[in-house]
Amino acid sequence: MIDMHLPILLIVIPLVAAPLCVLLRQKTLVWAFTSLVCLAALCMASMLLIRVLEEGVVSYAIGGWIAPWGIEYRVDTINAFVLLLVSIIAAVLTFFALPSVADEISGKQHYLFYTAYLLCLTGLMGITITGDAFNVFVFLEISSLSSYTLIAMGRDRRALTASYQYLLMGTLGATFIVIGIGLMYMMTGTLNMFDLSQRLPAMFETRTAMVAFAFLTVGMLIKLAMFPLHMWLPNAYCYAPSVVTAFLAATATKVSIYVFLRFTFTVWGAEFVFEKLNLDVFLIPLSLIGIYVASLSAIYQTNIKRLLAYSSVAQIGYMMLGIGFVSLAGLTGGIVHLFNHALMKAALFLAVGCVVLRLGSSDLADWKGLGRRMPVTMAAFVLAGLSLIGVPLTVGFISKWYLILAALEAGWWPIALLALLSSLLAVVYMWRVVEVAYFQKADDDLNVKEAPLMMQISMWVLTGATVYFGIQTDLTVNVAQRAAGLLLGVMP
Amino acid sequence: MTVGLLNDWACMVLMMIGLYTVIARPNLVKKLIGLSIFQVSVFLLYISMGKVSGGTAPILSEGIEVYSNPLPHVLILTAIVVGIATLSLGLALVVRIGEAYDTIEEDEIIERDLVND
Amino acid sequence: MKHQSIPRVVGKWLIPPILLFALYVQFHGDFGPGGGFQAGVIFAAAVVLYALIFGLQAAKQIVKPRIIETLVALGVLLYAGTGLISLFLGYNFLDYTALDPDSAPHGQHLGIFLVELGVGITVAAVMIAIFFAFAGRRRLR
Repeated sequence: MIDMHLPILLIVIPLVAAPLCVLLRQKTLVWAFTSLVCLAALCMASMLLIRVLEEGVVSYAIGGWIAPWGIEYRVDTINAFVLLLVSIIAAVLTFFALPSVADEISGKQHYLFYTAYLLCLTGLMGITITGDAFNVFVFLEISSLSSYTLIAMGRDRRALTASYQYLLMGTLGATFIVIGIGLMYMMTGTLNMFDLSQRLPAMFETRTAMVAFAFLTVGMLIKLAMFPLHMWLPNAYCYAPSVVTAFLAATATKVSIYVFLRFTFTVWGAEFVFEKLNLDVFLIPLSLIGIYVASLSAIYQTNIKRLLAYSSVAQIGYMMLGIGFVSLAGLTGGIVHLFNHALMKAALFLAVGCVVLRLGSSDLADWKGLGRRMPVTMAAFVLAGLSLIGVPLTVGFISKWYLILAALEAGWWPIALLALLSSLLAVVYMWRVVEVAYFQKADDDLNVKEAPLMMQISMWVLTGATVYFGIQTDLTVNVAQRAAGLLLGVMP
Repeated sequence: MTVGLLNDWACMVLMMIGLYTVIARPNLVKKLIGLSIFQVSVFLLYISMGKVSGGTAPILSEGIEVYSNPLPHVLILTAIVVGIATLSLGLALVVRIGEAYDTIEEDEIIERDLVND
Repeated sequence: MKHQSIPRVVGKWLIPPILLFALYVQFHGDFGPGGGFQAGVIFAAAVVLYALIFGLQAAKQIVKPRIIETLVALGVLLYAGTGLISLFLGYNFLDYTALDPDSAPHGQHLGIFLVELGVGITVAAVMIAIFFAFAGRRRLR
C-alpha cells in the first residue's frame, strides 16, 4: 500500500507532523519526532527515486479525481532528484538542530520552530512534486510563510527587517507567478502542467502568452534570487538562525530553480522560450554578471554568513548559466550543480553554525586563530570551501567541468574562460577566511571547545558527501543527465 | 469592447498603485497596504475571468442552465487566505520591528543599523 | 468599553446570533454559499466583538490561548485525517468515496462535511489567535 501512495505520503506525513508538534510541545520530544519524520521522508524520497528510475513517470490523482480535472502529483526523474536532495538536507540538519536551536532560540519557541521547519519542508516538497500549476503557488506560499517565520527567529534585531524584506520580495514574486498562472488558465482553461504543455502551443502567437510568460519568469527569478533580483537574499541568510540559513541556502533557491526548469522546459517548451523569445540572450549575460558582481561583493564582506550568502548568489549564476546553454551538457551541469551546491553550501553554513555556537559570532574579525582552536570544524570548512572553488576530487569540480564543456560544445569559449576565471574570485574570498583563521593569532586566550558531537556529525556527513560525490559521480551525473534529457525531450 | 475590458483595466491600475506603494513608501505599514492592494488586484483578475456572460452564481438550482465558472473563485479563496496570512505575518513583523527599533520608517531603521555597525 | 451600556447591551444581543449564524454558514455550506472559511471568520468575529466590549482578559478567560493553539492544530489534523482514512481504506488520498463505498454521493457529502469542519475550526482558531497576538501587545510610545 505504501508503495502505491508514496507521492502523497511524502507530503502528508510532514504536513500532519507539523500540527502534532504543536500538540506535543515538549522540546526534546518534538525534536525526536521531527527527526523521525524527516528520516521517514528521506526513505520515501529514495524509494520514489528508485521507482521512477525503474518505471518512469509516477502519477497520483488526489481524491481520485483524474488529471487534468483533479490535482495530480507527477514525479519524474527531475523532481524525484530534487525531492531526494530536499529530504537529505532536512534529515541531516535535524541532528544539527538540537544543540544549535537550543542555543539560538528561546526555549518557549522550540516547538514552534520545529512546526515551521516541518511546514517549510512540506511546502518545498509539495512545490517539487505537484503537477498542477496553481498548486505550485499554494505550496510556494506554505514554504515562504514558514521561512519568513524561521528567519525572524534570529537573535539579531536585523533578522526582523531581513525577514520583512524577504516577505515583500517573496510575496511580489509569488503574486507575479499567480498572475502568470492566471493568464495561462485564461488562455487554455486548464491548470495541469502536462495538459498546459499540450494546449499552450496553439496560443504562442498571442500577446497574452507573452505577458503570462513574462510575469511567470520574473516571479520565479525573484524567488530563485537571480541577479539583479537577489537583494533579499544576503540579509535573510545572514541574520537567520544557523540551521535555517543552512536549510534555506541548500533547498529553497534550489526548489525555485526546479520550478523555473519545469515551467520553461516542460510547460512552455524550450522552443518557445529560447527560440521565439530568446530568453538565453538575457539569461547568459545576467548569469555571468551575477557571478562576477556577487563574487566581488563576497570578497568585501566582513561577516562570514553574508560572505557565503553572496557566494550563493554567484553559484545560482552558474546554475542559470548552465540552463541558458539549452544543451544536454549545459542542463546536466546546471542540475548537477544544483545538487552539489546544496551539499557544499549546507556544509559551509553548518561549519559556521558550529563556530557561532562556540564564539557567538560570525564576524571575520572574531575568527582569528580559529584553525588552532576548532581544528575539526575548520577542516570541514576548508574542505567544503575547496569544493566551492571547484578543486578536482570535489563536487564543485564536476559541475564546473560540465558547464565549461557545455560552453565549449556551443563554441562559446569566451564564456568558458569567464566561468573559469570567476573561480579565482571564489579562491580569493575563501582565502580571506582561511588566512584569518589559520595565520592570525587570536586576540584573547579564551578556551574554545569543539562543537557538540551531533553538530559535528551533520557537518561531516555533508562535507563527506561533497568529496564522495566528487569521486563517485555515477549517481548524480547519470540522474542529472536523464533529467536533462527528459527536459529537452531527447533521451541521452 | 471598452466595457468588456473594464475589469482588466481596473486590475492593472490597482496592481500598479499597489506596486508603487510598496516601492515608494518608506513606512513599513504603508508598504504592506500596498502589497495587499497588489494582491487584491490579482483576485479581481481571476474573478473576472470566471464570469460567463448571462451566467449566475454557481449554485445548483432549478431552471438555471448557465453558471459562472466556479474554479477561479475557489482558486482565489485560497489566494485570499494566503493574503491574510501574509498580511498578518507582515504586520506581526512590523510590530516586532517597532519594538526593537522604536520606529517603522525604513530610512530611520537603516540609519539605526548603520550606527550600530 | 466595559462601562458604556449601549455597546454592552447591543453586544450581548448580537453575539449569540453571530455565533449561530456562523454555525449555519458552516453546516449549510453544502447547499448554499458558505463553508469553513466564512464560518470560521464569522465565529471569530463574535469572539473579537466580545473582546472589544468586555476587554481582552475577559475574552481570554472564555477562550484560553492554549486551547486556541490546540484547536489550530486539531482542525488541520481533522482535515488531513479524513484524507488519511480514505488512504487506509484503500482509496486515494482525500477520495471521500471511501467513507461510504456503497453510495459515492453520500461518501463525498460526508467527506466534504468533515473537511469543512476542520477548515472551520482552524480558521476560527487562527483568526482569534491573530487577534489575541496583536491586541496583547503594548502600544508603541
